[in-house]
Amino acid sequence: MKLKLKIWRQKNNSTKGKIANYDIDNISPDMSFLEMMDILNEQLLEKGEDPVAFDHDCREGICGMCSMFINGKAHGPDKLVTTCQLHMRKFKDGDTITIEPFRANSFPVVKDLVVDRSAFDRVQQAGGFISVNTSGNTQDANAIPINKQDADNAFDAATCIGCGACVASCKNASAMLFVSAKVSQFSLLPQGKVEATERVLNMVKQMDEEGFGNCTNTGSCEVECPKGISLENIARMNREYLKAKAIK
Amino acid sequence: MLDSKIPQGPLSDKWTSHKSNIKLVSPANKRLLDVIVVGTGLAGASASATLSELGYNVKTFCFQDSPRRAHSIAAQGGINAAKNYQGDGDSVYRLFYDTIKGGDYRAREANVYRLAEVSSNIIDQCVAQGVPFAREYGGMLDNRSFGGVQVSRTFYAKGQTGQQLLLGAYSAMNRQIGKGKIQMYNRHEMLDLVIVDGKARGIIARNLITGEIQRHSAHAVVIASGGYGNVFFLSTNAMGSNVSASWKIHKKGAYFANPCFTQIHPTCIPVSGDYQSKLTLMSESLRNDGRIWVPKKEEDAKAIREGKLNPTDIAEENRDYYLERRYPAFGNLVPRDVASRAAKERCDAGFGVNKTGEAVYLDFSSAIIRYGKEEAHVKGLDENNLKVVKELGQKVVKAKYGNLFQMYEKIVDQNPYETPMMIYPAVHYTMGGVWVDYNLMTTIPGCYAIGEANFSDHGANRLGASALMQGLADGYFVLPYTIGDYLADDIRTGKIPTDTPEFEKAEKEVKEQLEKFINNKGKHSVDYYHKKLGKIMWDECGMSRNKKGLEKAIKDIKALKEDFHKNINIPGSTDEYNESLAKAGRVADFLELGELFAKDALSREESCGGHFREESQTTEGEAERDDKKFTYVSAWEFKGDPAKASLHKEALNYESIEIKTRTYK
Repeated sequence: MKLKLKIWRQKNNSTKGKIANYDIDNISPDMSFLEMMDILNEQLLEKGEDPVAFDHDCREGICGMCSMFINGKAHGPDKLVTTCQLHMRKFKDGDTITIEPFRANSFPVVKDLVVDRSAFDRVQQAGGFISVNTSGNTQDANAIPINKQDADNAFDAATCIGCGACVASCKNASAMLFVSAKVSQFSLLPQGKVEATERVLNMVKQMDEEGFGNCTNTGSCEVECPKGISLENIARMNREYLKAKAIK
Repeated sequence: MLDSKIPQGPLSDKWTSHKSNIKLVSPANKRLLDVIVVGTGLAGASASATLSELGYNVKTFCFQDSPRRAHSIAAQGGINAAKNYQGDGDSVYRLFYDTIKGGDYRAREANVYRLAEVSSNIIDQCVAQGVPFAREYGGMLDNRSFGGVQVSRTFYAKGQTGQQLLLGAYSAMNRQIGKGKIQMYNRHEMLDLVIVDGKARGIIARNLITGEIQRHSAHAVVIASGGYGNVFFLSTNAMGSNVSASWKIHKKGAYFANPCFTQIHPTCIPVSGDYQSKLTLMSESLRNDGRIWVPKKEEDAKAIREGKLNPTDIAEENRDYYLERRYPAFGNLVPRDVASRAAKERCDAGFGVNKTGEAVYLDFSSAIIRYGKEEAHVKGLDENNLKVVKELGQKVVKAKYGNLFQMYEKIVDQNPYETPMMIYPAVHYTMGGVWVDYNLMTTIPGCYAIGEANFSDHGANRLGASALMQGLADGYFVLPYTIGDYLADDIRTGKIPTDTPEFEKAEKEVKEQLEKFINNKGKHSVDYYHKKLGKIMWDECGMSRNKKGLEKAIKDIKALKEDFHKNINIPGSTDEYNESLAKAGRVADFLELGELFAKDALSREESCGGHFREESQTTEGEAERDDKKFTYVSAWEFKGDPAKASLHKEALNYESIEIKTRTYK
């Protein structure tokens, strides 16, 4: 395959970026998108040019590190995959592919396609945990039976990989899907109920302080989420939040 | 010389009595002590959380943009624990025994027993943290089976157990980061260990965004940076996984143990082309329901390779379920090393089933029918209607392994519900690592190694679902206590200053090395060398090794290393985000490790676990140990160059079990 690539290049956070054009040839449809980027970078290195910086690590769709906005879509055209799982067979010979970083005020660009998503960590630090010490003095794991449906729903919410596709896809750059996934996971489990009030208030407060926008229920986050995290979680978080507000 | 510090007394009392006898640090004094943790996988994250809960000041480092991305996140199948919830006769002793036997009698008995002992507690802890393990309809935790055992002791969360456990440990860390008890350094890489008066007192780290070189001091340093499978270039490890932290401490005096003990995992998606950047694992849990086979007739295999025949065209009687044939007692659930070698044996004999000839089938059709019939029966539908049965069966399989099937389909572009998966062995885990004593301390006082980075628990082969168990055991339940025994002597030391000659020297050396890479202006990229190294390792130090090949590997790696330092080309500068520069440092360390790896494999003239020496096999082609000569751990001391490394032996004494030939027949 022969392709035209339009890639966002930006030296660092304090300089302006722009789109640069590259031609690439001999791309196999069985390659992953990032392997295509590897080849581009090897070619740039050979020419003495600076390779394109992009985040990636596990390359099997679970670490959440890769984060490209491809042809106007977070993680590209395929459904329920991260960029690293996207394969070139989803493109056609001669295609032009535009590659940009995940854009949001709360995700400043570090270099080229690399963005800073530490805002997500800070939201988790505000309340995304159950306050139990790791002393080992806990009760037997089977002491509290948990309804299978609740356990499965909690698991589904917990599969969020924290990649930020939801924020990048949202016209408001809202992080509601991300935050609600964690709030939901814990609010569905008996272990998490004890701190439910504090948790939702603290996490939402931090989310607002980080500058993420609000949710207007357009649902693009769910559509672009590589793990299929459901909008139901946002509804659940809103309920939890209103309940918490009423108590406080 | 090598003192493993195994406590006295009967095996089952060692850990309890050790914990009662080691020194403690009072809560007030813990506040005066700093600990550095490098890595945020299961071991590093759990250790960071627990150490800070206990009151120590913790500084934690990871090279990823968030601690949640460490490669433990990718572990799929599950975590073992001797809970015996299934009532199938499991016990601490049985988990211990299975692990020792699975490791082919090359692991340290006391460490493994402790691991089995604390395993139950891990599950309790994780559930308390809100880890959503799979449950049965009654609300109780569900279990499944893994290779090399005959009980169901594996807890799981679909095919994403590592993710859920890591996010649990990450949440425990977040609670402490929020309180300011852990200082988290994302996108930072450790580039050297600093030793002051013979003790580990800090590290030199590089900020991967700004390129700034920093000095960080502490009273103890914990290495939790994982394994070194990426020395093979292609592996199931993440792209960034590297040996550098372990290798830096090795060069500063920590012995490196059994570097040649590598796990080649039998069920990975086969290589598809030269551009391949990594390999993807298909969880061992699939072997609960998948049957492994190749065609019985060579001409069928050939026709399949040429695309003239489909696997579904091959009649049942013309399929060779070679694991079931060779190992009837364990069948498809033999341990990983055995399954990998058996796949290689069939492919080498000409029965491979993809274009490259290096793939076998993992087939779910029997399981789909079996589950489908069960479901049809429950629902009162026609059990003989193949269409209905298949549909129902596929649903059950989807509920169990859905994400793995989806992953396979995305990569290979084939539907594994309809046609068998193609799989082939790939490098997955390294049992070898930094030598540690019973307290998990390396041969450098105050420097610890935990999780995959150390060597202690899995011997020559790790059983499935035991890596997660070990990472969390080390981090939650072992290190936080044993480290107190060392730090108790440091309560009056005060803060370790970083403006000392030792820090200055280490920083200077790190900076010089980085400058050297940038100023070299050679011909080839880092990946060019990394791929070449990987090829040497795979060809000569892979699933099967021999004297001639290993000697060649040592020679070839040396030559490659020389070429690398002469001709490496790194763009940009040291004071910016520069991935090529970071990779260059990692590959430089892999080149040195690779040589020691081959040297270790050459010196171990026996076959054990994942280490298969062609010179040492039975007439049936099974691995043959030489217990008289090799019942020891090889611990290598760095002497300026891997070629000059000197060997120290830790004899392995088994007090509670009898060493037997390992058989799964």
